[in-house]
Amino acid sequence: MVIYGVYIVSKSGGLIFNYDHNVPKSETEKTFSYPLDIKLKYENKKVIVEFGQRDGIHIGHVVYAINGIPVTERKLPDKRDVFEVLENKDNYPINIKFGRPKMTTNERIFLASMFYPLFAIASQLSPEPKSSGIEILEADTFKLHCFQTLTGVKMMVVAEPNQAGIDILLKRIYEIYADYALKNPFYSLDMPIRCELFEINLKTVLEQVEKSGISNI
Amino acid sequence: MSRASTRFDTKKVNSELVTLTYGSLVAQMVKDIEHLDDVNKQLDRIGYNMGIRLVEDFLAKTSSGRCLDLKDTADKIQSAIRMYVGVQPNVANWSAAGDEFSFVFDTNPLIELVELSEDLKTLRYCNIICGAIRGALEMVQLDVQSWLVQDQLKGDSNTEIRVKFIRKLGDAIPAGEE
Repeated sequence: MVIYGVYIVSKSGGLIFNYDHNVPKSETEKTFSYPLDIKLKYENKKVIVEFGQRDGIHIGHVVYAINGIPVTERKLPDKRDVFEVLENKDNYPINIKFGRPKMTTNERIFLASMFYPLFAIASQLSPEPKSSGIEILEADTFKLHCFQTLTGVKMMVVAEPNQAGIDILLKRIYEIYADYALKNPFYSLDMPIRCELFEINLKTVLEQVEKSGISNI
Repeated sequence: MSRASTRFDTKKVNSELVTLTYGSLVAQMVKDIEHLDDVNKQLDRIGYNMGIRLVEDFLAKTSSGRCLDLKDTADKIQSAIRMYVGVQPNVANWSAAGDEFSFVFDTNPLIELVELSEDLKTLRYCNIICGAIRGALEMVQLDVQSWLVQDQLKGDSNTEIRVKFIRKLGDAIPAGEE
């Protein structure tokens, strides 16, 4: 049982909780000699691999660090531009660390609010009246399971595509939400959930599911 | 679901604890707030805020679906009251139009150890339940009014809470739920 993440979207469409679980880490470090045989480009404030996949470096990976020095956007801490550094033959051999781009909190909030209209459109597109919104969204590397409560809160779990029984897990997450977020008198509705007990209990359930399967929760 | 109900059973507490805690809350409010009308209002508001949170707990634990008519709603609130207060009120006194009904409590743990002195006759001690019903139903897009019509503390034989359906909050219904 592999679960990649849990998201909770409020009634008004804002992301109120997200938790990354068991994301496969892929960072590759490699020393290059001149000229660089990987094509890089600058996009969305990141230096990403455009072409030339090899040795665990995949298209779409971003440059994390050069010679151990972290890269922010396209600059090194001493204000040198990454592309200028890589074009200069004197800097070689050079060590570059690549990895999967990490989603920032802003990007997550953006994506969560994108799902909200998709869900609504799905229910309107339906040929049958009174259809629900998207319940399962399937891709080749993951499946997104969504459960909307009667009050309009959406619980979402991103899991491996062949995972069964996620609907039970979603109900269980709903129970945890009702218990540890809503019964906390200092939590206000529709605000981001920053309740430690909620997170602890959620993690416990996810670990149980991971170890002993869905039937034991 | 049997699984959910067994989990719920493990969290029972003595009803006297609830009675006493609620009693001390009301006593403190009577002390702090000058007018009993304002106490009534505050109790209703506290109940409302509890209701909007408790409804999720009820839905999560019973996995019940959306109500299609008010009879359905009445049944569900009845079972919710049994879950949270520990007694089951009767549903009675339906209006001819079917948009109003009452919950009649023979016994009410909230008032078990309580008597009201002469100067507290306008205090609506159980107002918190009215507020909770209103808050909970609002979260599932039903606008209702609810108030106390009979009160054992005032010498009536039962406690009766009236619930009146106002309208369905259509524009608040989440997508894919209509």
